[in-house]
Parts: sequence; structure tokens; C-alpha cells
Amino acid sequence: MSIVADATTRVLRSRVAAALATPHGVDRYLELVNPMWAANEVRARIVDITREVDVPGHPPVATLTLQPTSTWRGHRAGQHVQLGVEVDGARRTTRVFTVSSPESKAGDRFTITMRANPDGVVSRYLVERAEVGTMVHLSQAQGEFVLPDQVPDHIAFVSGGSGITPVMSMLRSLQRRTHRGRITFLHYAQSPAHQIFAAELEEIRRSGYGIDVHLLHPELGDPALSPAFLQRLVPGYRDLPTWACGPAPLIEAVQAAYDGSDALRVEYFKPPRVSNGSVEGEISFTRAGTTAANSGATLLEQAEAAGLNPAFGCRMGICFSCTSNKLEGTVRNVLTGETSSLPDEDIRICVSSPEGDCAVEI
Amino acid sequence: MSLTLTNDAGTADQELSPTYTLTAEQLDAFGDELDAIRQRVVADLGEVDAQYIRKVVKYQRGFEVAGRLMFYVPPLWPAAVASLSVSKILDNMEIGHNVMHGQYDWMGDPGLNSRMFEWDTMAPSENWKYGHNYMHHTYTNIVGKDRDVGYGILRMDEDQEWRPYYLGNPLYAFLLMTFFEWGVALHDLETEELIAGRRTWAENREIAGRIWRKVRKQVAKDYIVFPLLTGPFFLSTLAGNAVANLIRNVWTFNIIFCGHFPAGVATFTVEETENESRGGWYYRQLLGSANITGSKLMHVMSGNLSHQIEHHLFPDIPARRYPELSVEVQEICERYGLPYNTGPLHRQLGSVFKKICRMALPDRKPSTAPDPAGDVTDNPLAA
Repeated sequence: MSIVADATTRVLRSRVAAALATPHGVDRYLELVNPMWAANEVRARIVDITREVDVPGHPPVATLTLQPTSTWRGHRAGQHVQLGVEVDGARRTTRVFTVSSPESKAGDRFTITMRANPDGVVSRYLVERAEVGTMVHLSQAQGEFVLPDQVPDHIAFVSGGSGITPVMSMLRSLQRRTHRGRITFLHYAQSPAHQIFAAELEEIRRSGYGIDVHLLHPELGDPALSPAFLQRLVPGYRDLPTWACGPAPLIEAVQAAYDGSDALRVEYFKPPRVSNGSVEGEISFTRAGTTAANSGATLLEQAEAAGLNPAFGCRMGICFSCTSNKLEGTVRNVLTGETSSLPDEDIRICVSSPEGDCAVEI
Repeated sequence: MSLTLTNDAGTADQELSPTYTLTAEQLDAFGDELDAIRQRVVADLGEVDAQYIRKVVKYQRGFEVAGRLMFYVPPLWPAAVASLSVSKILDNMEIGHNVMHGQYDWMGDPGLNSRMFEWDTMAPSENWKYGHNYMHHTYTNIVGKDRDVGYGILRMDEDQEWRPYYLGNPLYAFLLMTFFEWGVALHDLETEELIAGRRTWAENREIAGRIWRKVRKQVAKDYIVFPLLTGPFFLSTLAGNAVANLIRNVWTFNIIFCGHFPAGVATFTVEETENESRGGWYYRQLLGSANITGSKLMHVMSGNLSHQIEHHLFPDIPARRYPELSVEVQEICERYGLPYNTGPLHRQLGSVFKKICRMALPDRKPSTAPDPAGDVTDNPLAA
């Protein structure tokens, strides 16, 4: 960052600037002049969109290169970011995506790679409709599934499907750090045509540098993950520092194979729970840490029945006192009959009744 | 259903409280019609509404920055004050009031979210949302429950018992108008409840803390930092900011008082509103509110509170929809034979002023003659 830019940032983050911009905050003024100006918030402009794989009949995968505002503090390999987009110029929806590029410093460009989930508003928008120049909203990088600063001599990565993205960020970071140790890399993809980053991985495999790349396609008869298979690849793998990321079945297999070893670090991708249209299910009140069987009543009534005391006002959907964050699940608005299944959504619990499983911050 | 209260003697009271002019079935049908309107509009919300509120925000910030800058050029002082006043009025009315009703929560924009928005006035949003969105909008015009009936200071309804204190009604109203933003902030302390012993000091500590923190920031901005930044023009900037705040106070007070206090607006008792149906709730919102007719500019500058009736029927629907909704609501009212209280600003204001003065004096003995400043009981439709 240049000296001028540095000084400007310092002024914009100062107490005087905050006092002048009260009650709205400095960013509410800056964004009106230039969306790339920010004092505290993080935003980014999409500067490149690359299709990774495009298998007919399967959701396409794309990598987006993002130029963040200078407020981006950088990320560690393996971390993710919450990304919000305005779809059709009105509703902003936020989802979590893993950073696929090597570790970044403040203000650095980085990439995210995602599959266009057929039911996903955000991923589909980003892959199919976003254009270079589109602005997105970001959180700072988050997550504990990261590569340490000091990397052991021999490590392993295991990934499946789009779980490859954090691992790819780690692999790329190690290459940039010119890590000279040995890396065993296992990846499961549906078929060779589904393989993301195939060319880059092939290049890595050929050039050696101590990276053993194993791309596995069970559909073509490659062995599934098992202790025997791992033992054949890396004798004594249970003590090998390992990072694993992918769909739940793969992670379960890895956890079983490592049998509680603390050398294993995992990250899950949970499939979205789909509404079954019925009331049967379990409500989890995450702040209180309790669960209850879904009775079909409004979330406010169910929370009260469970002995909780959430804030409420009018109890008829007009005053917004009871607005809470629904983490996942489907709720039906009892006034309009409208259902909504978005994760991380503000809902008025006095007029929302859950269908199926539901998790809400109460 | 026809609800008529009886007095102690057990005879039908002489129109001392509003009575439903609709049967229970009619009320339900009335409610269903309004619900249908509501659902249609909610389903239709989208880009046009988002663009509108963002445009208003852009204008508001523009007027604010322009106003602040013009204080550096002393001959432009009147323009600076005007520009800053417009900014503050837009901030409080079309943006703040409406955003904090959750009208734009569906956009998912933290800058326009009811839980995060803070406005340019002394009252902290969190306190205000409780007193306004919950207490006032749920218990609209129920005397004894809706603290906006007289704001704990004024006597605005015959159901508030007259005391000699109320001789000062016009004076209190004038002071409230002048210091409106302070009045709104302190309103949340519910001091009259505190004095009556129905509220504890402990309950007030948190609320007072929020007021103190907000007031400090507002005072620092308008009366210290911005004036200091204009250097030699410190005093003229300070005065300009004070005048802009005053203009905003006078305007918002007048718009807000036209919403529920003109002649023909009904008040309700706690008893009458027990077990109220959804249709009954809509009915009370309709009869308890009053509109102001006027130009498009007038509607924007009042935050569309000139459509107080539509706002009370649909408090969480973006206010820019109220003008189009008012056509449908009036049509429904006509069919059900319900009053729709509207009139030009000067007439509604005159009516409010008259009520403020008349309520300063003790009531005349109940007579059979209709009360000129009265409530819904004067309305032949409500008899």
C-alpha cells in the first residue's frame, strides 16, 4: 500500500471520521462515491470468471477472481469467506465459499471456486450470471481449517468433490513457499471429466517436487478410501498430519480410518436439508443449546414451550421485536403461507412456523 | 356484533366510546380483503422498491454533504441550513422511520436493515423501536396503552382525565414541537410511569444509558466537530446546525400530530379491544389514523406518513407503496361504510391545534350535541 493510501485509510478509520459520519458510519458515504472505497467493510469486484469443468447434465464449476477493497486483511490457506450478492438488484443473499488461491495478504486478489448448486441462489448466480465488474460483499476470511506456518516434512491431503478448494489453496501455498517436504494428495471425483484443476494437478504430478498426486474415480473402479488402501499408500498414515475436506460420507470414512488420531483435521460440507413439507422434525435453539420436537406451532410459541424466553413484541408480525436468525431449515409464514428455506435468514419468529428440521438462534 | 358499552347505571352510554359498525362476519371479510392486498404487495416487492430507497438515501447523503460544505461559504448560510434540514428530514422520515419498521429487511442490506439502522436524531433506534413499532403500532389509540396518545405530557383525548396541569397543554405542545428530538428520546424513559411507581429505576438504567451514548454522539457531531472544522465560522455553523435540527423538529412534530389527532379520529378503551379479531385490529388502525393530502414531494418529505392510514394497516410494507394502496383502501372503506379521514395539511393541522387547546380545559357536561373536536363517536357512521 502506498503512503498516501495508507494515510487515507488511517484518516477514514479515525475517531474524527467516525464522529462526522455518525450515525451511519463512514462506509455508507464512501460506497456512494466509489464501491471500491471502504474504511471498515469488505467488498470486492469480480475481475475474472473462468469455467473449470462443464460436464453436460451436471452443474458447471467456475473460479472467480476477486479484487477486494483495501480493507481485506488477507487469508490463510484453507479458510473460507462469506460472500453476499444482490440478485436482480434487490435481495442480497450470503453464502460461504472457500478461497482456492494461495494465502493472501491485505488487499491481495484471491479466487473462490464453486459448483453451481441447482438449488443454490448464490452459486448459480455467480457461475451463470455474474459478469466481470460485478460487486460482491465479503466477510473477512474465517475458519480454523488452516495450514500452520511451520509445515511438517510429510503431510497428506484428502478431498472429495468441491472439497478440493481449501486443499488446493494449501497445495498452492506450499508451492509458493517452496515447501520441499513430501505431500501425499488424494482426491475423489465422480469421473475424470468432473475433475477440477485437472491440468494444474497433472502439471504438479509431472514436475514431481515430492508431491504424490492420486486422482481417484470410484466409478471407474478406483479403490474407495479404506485403512488398507491408506496403509498401502503411506505406511503408518495415522501419525501423518492430514487435512481432509469433502462430503460427509468421505469424511466419515477418513475419520474411521484415522480412528481418533489427532493428526487428522477435517472440514465438512453439509448438504442442505430440504423441506419435507410436513411439521415432523426437530427444532434446535442454538443459543440455548436445546432441541425440541417440532409441534408445528410458531417458533416463538415452541421456544416458550421449551422454557426459553426470546424477545417478542406484538406477536402478530408487525413490530419486528422478535426477529431472529434462522440458521437452517424451512419456515412457513403463518400470515401469508409463504415458505422460505434460505440459510442464515432473519425471520420474525412470532409468525414463522417450521416445516421439518429447523435451527434458529434463540 | 355491535359493541356498546354501558355506564354504571347500566343504560346504554351516550356515545362515549366507538362501537363497531360492522358485524363480526363483516369485520372478518374486511380483514381478509386487507390481508389479500398485503400478500399481493409483499409478493411483488423487488428491484423497483430497492432502487427507490437507494435513490432516497443518495439524495439524503447528497443534501447532507452539500449542506455541510456550504457552511464554509457564509453567504450561502440559508442554503446550507435548508440543505441540511432536508437531509435530516429525509433521514428521519422516508428512510429511518420506514427502515426501522423492517420495510426493507427483505433486501438483506445491512445499511437498510431494521436491526442495524440508526438515525440522525437523539432517540436511539433500539429504544424507539420498542415504544413505536411495538407499543404504538400494536396498541394504536388504546387510551392507557398507547403512549403516543399525548406522549405522557399532553391531554389529547377526553378519556384522559382532566387535571389543572393540562391548562398548559398548548405550551407543552409548543415546547414538545421545538425540542421534538429530545422529547422522542426521553419519551422512552416513561417518566410518568416511573413517577406512578409502575416502572422501576433499574428498568430505566439501560434505556438511559443508550440515550446518553446516542446524545453524546449527536451533540459532538452537530455542535462540536462540524463547527470546529469550519474554523472561523464556528458559531455560524453551530447556529446553522441548530436551526436545521429545529426545522426538522417542527416539521416532523406537525406531520406526526396530523397522523392521529385531527377531528374524527377514534380512540379505544382497553375493554373494547379485548379479544380483537384480525379484522378488528385493521378496523382500529383505520379509525385511529388520519391522512394528509398533498403533492408527491409532500409525501416523500413526510416519509409517506401523509398516508398514516395505510402505514398503520401495513407498517412493514415499503412506504412508497402507500399512495397506490390508498386508492384500494378508500374503495374498501366506501363499500363497508367506514370513514377515511383525510384532508389538506392546513386543515388537519388546524384541527389538531384546536384539539390541543380544547383539551387544556375541562370537558363540558356530556350533551346530546355532537362534539366538534370529538372522536369517532361524532362520526355518524360509528353511531
